[in-house]
Amino acid sequence: MSSVVGSLNELLVSLFSDISLDVSFLFLLAVIIPGVVIFLIMTVNAIVAVYMERKVSAFMQDRLGPMEVGIFGFKGGKKFWGGIGQTIADAIKLLVKEDIIPNDADRFLMILAPFIIFIGAFVTFIGVPFSEGLIISDFNIGILYVIAMSSVGVIGIILAGWSSNNKWSLYGAMRAAAQIISYEIPIGLSLILVVIVVGSLEMSEIVKWQADNRWFIIHSPFAMLGFFIFFISGVAETNRVPFDIPEAESELVAGWMTEYSGFRWALFFLSEYTNMLIVCIIASVVFLGGWLSPFKIINLPYVDIIPDSFFILDGFYLGLFWLLIKAIFLIFVMMWFRWTFPRLRVDQLMYLCWKVFIPFALGNLVFICIWELLF
Amino acid sequence: MGIDNLQDNSSIKADEMVLNMGPQHPSTHGVLRLKIHTDGEIVSKIDPIMGYLHRCFEKHCENLSYEQVVPFVDRCDYLASMHMDHAYSLAVEKLLDIELPERVEYIRVIIAELQRIASHLVAIGTFGLDVGAITPFTWTISDRERVIDLFEALCGARLLYNYIWPGGVSHDLSPKFIDRTIEFLDYFDKKYDEYNELLTGNPIFIERTADVGIIPADVGVDYGVTGPSLRGSGVDYDLRKTDPYSIYEKFEFEVPVGKGEMGTVGDCWDRYWVRMLEMKESMKIVRQAIASIPDGDVHAAMPKRIRPKKGSVYSRYESARGDVGFYIISNGKNVPVRLKMRSPAFCNLSILSEVAEGWMISDVCTILGSLDIVLGEIDR
Repeated sequence: MSSVVGSLNELLVSLFSDISLDVSFLFLLAVIIPGVVIFLIMTVNAIVAVYMERKVSAFMQDRLGPMEVGIFGFKGGKKFWGGIGQTIADAIKLLVKEDIIPNDADRFLMILAPFIIFIGAFVTFIGVPFSEGLIISDFNIGILYVIAMSSVGVIGIILAGWSSNNKWSLYGAMRAAAQIISYEIPIGLSLILVVIVVGSLEMSEIVKWQADNRWFIIHSPFAMLGFFIFFISGVAETNRVPFDIPEAESELVAGWMTEYSGFRWALFFLSEYTNMLIVCIIASVVFLGGWLSPFKIINLPYVDIIPDSFFILDGFYLGLFWLLIKAIFLIFVMMWFRWTFPRLRVDQLMYLCWKVFIPFALGNLVFICIWELLF
Repeated sequence: MGIDNLQDNSSIKADEMVLNMGPQHPSTHGVLRLKIHTDGEIVSKIDPIMGYLHRCFEKHCENLSYEQVVPFVDRCDYLASMHMDHAYSLAVEKLLDIELPERVEYIRVIIAELQRIASHLVAIGTFGLDVGAITPFTWTISDRERVIDLFEALCGARLLYNYIWPGGVSHDLSPKFIDRTIEFLDYFDKKYDEYNELLTGNPIFIERTADVGIIPADVGVDYGVTGPSLRGSGVDYDLRKTDPYSIYEKFEFEVPVGKGEMGTVGDCWDRYWVRMLEMKESMKIVRQAIASIPDGDVHAAMPKRIRPKKGSVYSRYESARGDVGFYIISNGKNVPVRLKMRSPAFCNLSILSEVAEGWMISDVCTILGSLDIVLGEIDR
């Protein structure tokens, strides 16, 4: 199971070392290639996730969902993948739509805001792994970087709400700021658990520890609690039901994106689904064994019941498969929440964060230290 | 929970902001405009502004013959058109002082109770939407569709039926209609439990609705709140029992009232739960009526043109939203001199400014949803 490459960056460096070109040109290439890769991942993810969301919601609501738009003449007919081209059609519609900026809006900030949100989601991907060695850059502060970058977007949300010059937007932005900043804390506290146990912030180290021992979720009861706190806070962090109060459509019309349309709105949408994917991938990597196959949920070196041939299920390509399966399952759970739960109120949301999650996460931190000392 | 602390905290009061909710807003249930004075998220004052859907219904009626008024009453409460037809027909029949064939009364009761189920389904679904649950809405709407299909089979219309006329109904029930109704009731019995699983027992739903927007019984009575909204406050007042019209005294049913099972008596959850229980009672009434429906004519012996004697009449009716009243003054011609309608949703809405004060913006949506208003009826 030796790693194919350390990361995409290392791969590029090793490739470029043989080419005799200008250094600045190579540097530019090294920036552009990962950028294109991330952008492709984001777009494909949004297209797939939106389609999935529409179908999941439809089946939960006794509907069929999109059934009409196929791709290149391929139509599923009455089968369930009928409207497979719907998201692409929607994306094209959004891009050619008229872009409206209200007269009284702060033009510069209103244009700037979607890009900040987009960049927040975009740069986070640098530290997000997809399989063994399939990561843009596997640096030693991986988790810290991901947490830090995923909260950049909130600046964009505040700007969007403020610059729209709309009361609903302002409400949504203020709610979002309070919510996202609050839920950063339980997320951080539950990720510290794994850092304490593994002793590293690096993604590949964390998964390596899980390969050597067991998935982190079954490390101890505290790790399991930590996973739930992380995942639920992650749902809150991505502003999804039951924590979607910043864009509560029945109260605030569309919250901080009320005044946005067309391409700028599409950027918000893209970022939302990207954030979902990031949270789910981080949860899978940190707690659910990352790119390890489910057969390696626990590693028992002294009981050799699983034959070695089983471990061909691990590896570069299958690792990607397992990680995506885990992440997609978590995304499905998020959708499941969305289509069955009502929405919490602002004060209840804050109550849940400050009076439930944070005390539990802090207690968790103490207990996992004791656990580590004892076992 | 936390909200009481927030209200006490007068030291952090900032400037008030006036927020216009509506007339185009997803949870004002129509073209209602709420002028909300807010202090942060907290509502300090709220003015409902209505009239965006005013269609001069009462003035129109002064120029229409009694038969021609029926389609107009349909358009008042468009979610419970049958109730409006029935209420108006009862008033005209009281003015004319005529006896109806037994079968007509049975048909009317069956239809009215089915309509009550349909209307409450919309109320529950949109209430779910107001607190953020989207799926219950699609479920209730697809079940309401089944009731509407029944009505379509009955009279050809799906929303504005013009079915119950003074002196009878437009079409007789077919035996197939009765079979389909029984089929629907059997189906709905099962579906009913699913709603309870999805919404009623949901902890977040309870958190959002219990103890929120409490209408004390005396305040509710003072404001003239009627229907499920008042019964949610624990007042046992249902015209089908307290002032029976048609043939309601023949049937066995209970009047559910709010008991404060999840919080305080008269909170939003109680009003929701009363509607749920009422659907169950309506199913009971329909089953009883279907079991004992007699044969006969569906038109009373009516004069060709309705010309009531000089005089006036006030008749009350328990619609899905509450106490509908029709006050008609006749001068002996075929056109009413004056027709006044007491709109239950109008009176129910008037309590909003009293109840919603001090709650959060999210709770305004919850409280408004729990009152189940229909703007067509408020503005007329």
